Amino acid sequence: MNRFAQLLDRLAYEPRRNAKIALMADYFRHVPDPERGYALAALTGSLGFAEAKPGLVRALIAERTDPVLFGLSYDFVGDLSETVALMWPAPEIRPNAVPSLAEVVETLAETAKRDLPAILARWLDALDEAGRWACLKLITGGLRVGVSARLAKTAVAQLGAIEPDEVEHVWHGLAVPYLDLFAWVEGRGPRPESDDPAPFRPPMLAHAVEDGDFDRLDPAAFVAEWKWDGIRVQAAAGLSLETRRHRRRLYSRTGEDIGAAFPDLLEALDFDATIDGELLVLVDGRVQSFNVLQQRLNRKTVTARMLTEQPAHIRAYDLLVEAGEDLRALPFAARRERLERFIARTAHPRLDLSPLIPFASWEALAEARADPAAAGAGPDAEAVEGVMLKRHDSPYLPGRPKGLWYKWKRDPRVVDAVLMYAQRGHGKRSSFYSDFTFGVWRGSGADAELVPVGKAYFGFTDQELTELDRFVRRHTINRFGPVREVQHDAAVGLVLEVAFEGLGRSTRHKSGVAMRFPRISRIRWDKPPAEADRIEVLEAMLRSAAPADAAPADED
Amino acid sequence: MPVAADLLTLTPAGLYCPRGGFHIDPVRPVDRALITHGHSDHARSGHGAVLATPETLAIMSVRYGEDFAGATEAAGLGRPSRIGDIRVTFHPAGHVLGSAQIALEAGGCRIVVSGDYKRQLDPTCSPFETVACDVFVTEATFGLPVFRHPDARGEAAKLIGSLALFPDRPHLVGAYALGKAQRMIALLREAGYDDTIFLHGALERLCQFYESRGIELGPLDPVRGLKPKDLAGRIVLCPPGSMADLWSRRLGDPVTAFASGWMRVRARARQRGVELPLIVSDHADWDDLTATIEETGAGEVWVTHGAEEALVHWCRLRGLDARPLNLLGYGDEGDNLDESVKISEDH
Ligand SMILES: [Zn+2]
Ligand SMILES: [Zn+2]
Repeated sequence: MNRFAQLLDRLAYEPRRNAKIALMADYFRHVPDPERGYALAALTGSLGFAEAKPGLVRALIAERTDPVLFGLSYDFVGDLSETVALMWPAPEIRPNAVPSLAEVVETLAETAKRDLPAILARWLDALDEAGRWACLKLITGGLRVGVSARLAKTAVAQLGAIEPDEVEHVWHGLAVPYLDLFAWVEGRGPRPESDDPAPFRPPMLAHAVEDGDFDRLDPAAFVAEWKWDGIRVQAAAGLSLETRRHRRRLYSRTGEDIGAAFPDLLEALDFDATIDGELLVLVDGRVQSFNVLQQRLNRKTVTARMLTEQPAHIRAYDLLVEAGEDLRALPFAARRERLERFIARTAHPRLDLSPLIPFASWEALAEARADPAAAGAGPDAEAVEGVMLKRHDSPYLPGRPKGLWYKWKRDPRVVDAVLMYAQRGHGKRSSFYSDFTFGVWRGSGADAELVPVGKAYFGFTDQELTELDRFVRRHTINRFGPVREVQHDAAVGLVLEVAFEGLGRSTRHKSGVAMRFPRISRIRWDKPPAEADRIEVLEAMLRSAAPADAAPADED
Repeated sequence: MPVAADLLTLTPAGLYCPRGGFHIDPVRPVDRALITHGHSDHARSGHGAVLATPETLAIMSVRYGEDFAGATEAAGLGRPSRIGDIRVTFHPAGHVLGSAQIALEAGGCRIVVSGDYKRQLDPTCSPFETVACDVFVTEATFGLPVFRHPDARGEAAKLIGSLALFPDRPHLVGAYALGKAQRMIALLREAGYDDTIFLHGALERLCQFYESRGIELGPLDPVRGLKPKDLAGRIVLCPPGSMADLWSRRLGDPVTAFASGWMRVRARARQRGVELPLIVSDHADWDDLTATIEETGAGEVWVTHGAEEALVHWCRLRGLDARPLNLLGYGDEGDNLDESVKISEDH
């Protein structure tokens, strides 16, 4: 458990993807079976035991500490598991054996609820601070160390000369603690048989269209589709030869199994195929806002009411496997044909086809993108984020291959706002002030004031970041921990042109509005702060926006 | 105890002994000051006369120049001297080189002012010595039961392990210029790390001073003029204030570590963007604060600076007479994290 605790500890502080992979690979290389297998299960969210409730943890600490001291400590630390891990008193006699991760997981799986407090207390007695923290995070079900299942599998692949996709292929035929997987990647055993009829296939991703792309790309080589404002999913289903059971899975883009939150969709997967598509909520045939979909995500259980009021739907855009035949090497055009026939044959109301957008030139496509309602998206136009471009001849390749697929987002709205606060970034950017809170004017005359409307931390170049950082340091008027207040009045301040995708009402912001995906599109060194936009501009945008647009700013 | 109040009271400048006419660690210039240790929030310049250990006097002249006070007098550890009818003795505090507790005695009453102290082993200074007393005036920088410092050797091992894991990246370690930096170096040497350790300019003079006092720190070089690739897999020490400053950009994409007791709390570490928190503190942790209070046998405890509330509560639960002094002007080790640029010399 100690080695696993150290790993979690390090991962929790590490912002870099490659460094996270290195940390996990190092762990898998040095920790023996079955311990590392349980760690892999924990990191990929594959452990199945009833989680302990925070109430149980509170009760245990209450028996052991003074309530005033606990209260002061909890206030200071701000996290229950961490406070308990740090405050847990050293026992008179420390149990001589530190529990292994394997012991913890195996015991939890077979422990009756009433026995849990005593067992947990014994473990906490035996562990050190980091070990207690990891143990409490594990059993209360929230590691939250910024590692996706995909990333953990990538680290496993690094143990041998194996592509992460290879791990993905065999993954769902495996069982915790993955002895045969480790044996295979380390060259000590055969490739595990994968009897999984519905494995995750890593998705193919698109590049953003950049300046100049259209000068060299031939419109005749591409098809276009709408880019929907939902969640990219993969729906896989098939019959297991071994168990004769029909398996159905709904995967997120990173391979997390999100089926439990969408039983209504799983029911619709009554086929033998793997579909790539967009998860949407449709009511009376109309796509609902991302906000509505958001309510159904991240839930372990769904209420009957949600199922009827917010029915989930898949808008399909690719077919990867059909009746055991892997179609991914075929050109897009051929796959699309198979997909159209497949959807027609399946004829399930929860499943439809993402339509193609006819266009003859890039100008024509730009027009469609500017006005999706007129170009075929009809009443769903508000759920269109832009368009996708796919080469006719593109095979389905995992990752983000160059030159095949592009995404071209809608022109965002822009306002001129004034920089108000800046906060230091993370990781590579930790020496820069790179998170910027900005505001627009409200009131007039002597009562005029700037009210914050959002926070942006990208959109600028490295060179611009250096200039922004210098501005912040030279114009700091107040400091609150890592945050600096920057001078912002009618005469002195920095105007930022902020682009954003959507706007919502917010009770959290003083201004009453919140932006979705704000980013700094231009720094207006030339513009005096007094000439920045007023809150009325945003309010007008809000009034004219359809409901589908009114998503809160903080969801992503 | 009326005698105790005669011996020590509180003035705007800090703790004051009316019968002896002197202050202890005053935060503004006074006629006569007794100084516990060289951290700049305890040892300020501009006093008329200063009594402190020879090391503390030397550190003050390194930092402020020879004329940091009108007159100076060296106090030997464990050797009592008299100021008026007060018997004054300096005892080791184990905090940094030269740090001392100050014991005041008169009329059968003994008060001990701890200054800053720790009980963990530290190869760069003399260990803390418990002094029995009636009134113990203690610091409480880490006066919450969540602070229990691990063995510092394990933290040094963490840093060395990270060098092996990320051999292409410099490892930038934030450490206070007086005490922490030298202790980190000594811990690394103890763990068998023999490579050159690179120093930010602000650490050079105090490292030289430690070496001149016989504390061996091994090969050290200034970081000046070196490129990120020269520093790959190397350790670079800097004051905490420089970690997130323009200065650190010359290191490219370093692993950032910070050696501080505050690193025990995750939110604190993350707030600073620290990727490798090293829990190494020169202050007593909760267990050591409470154990020390018990060991002194004091019936009365005054808590000077830090998390006074919890420690006072703990004393009262044990039937001890305790009160917070709420002393202002002592910048606790990185407590105001963003201000550490200014107070990087403190503690
Ligand atoms: Zn202090
Ligand atoms: Zn100090």
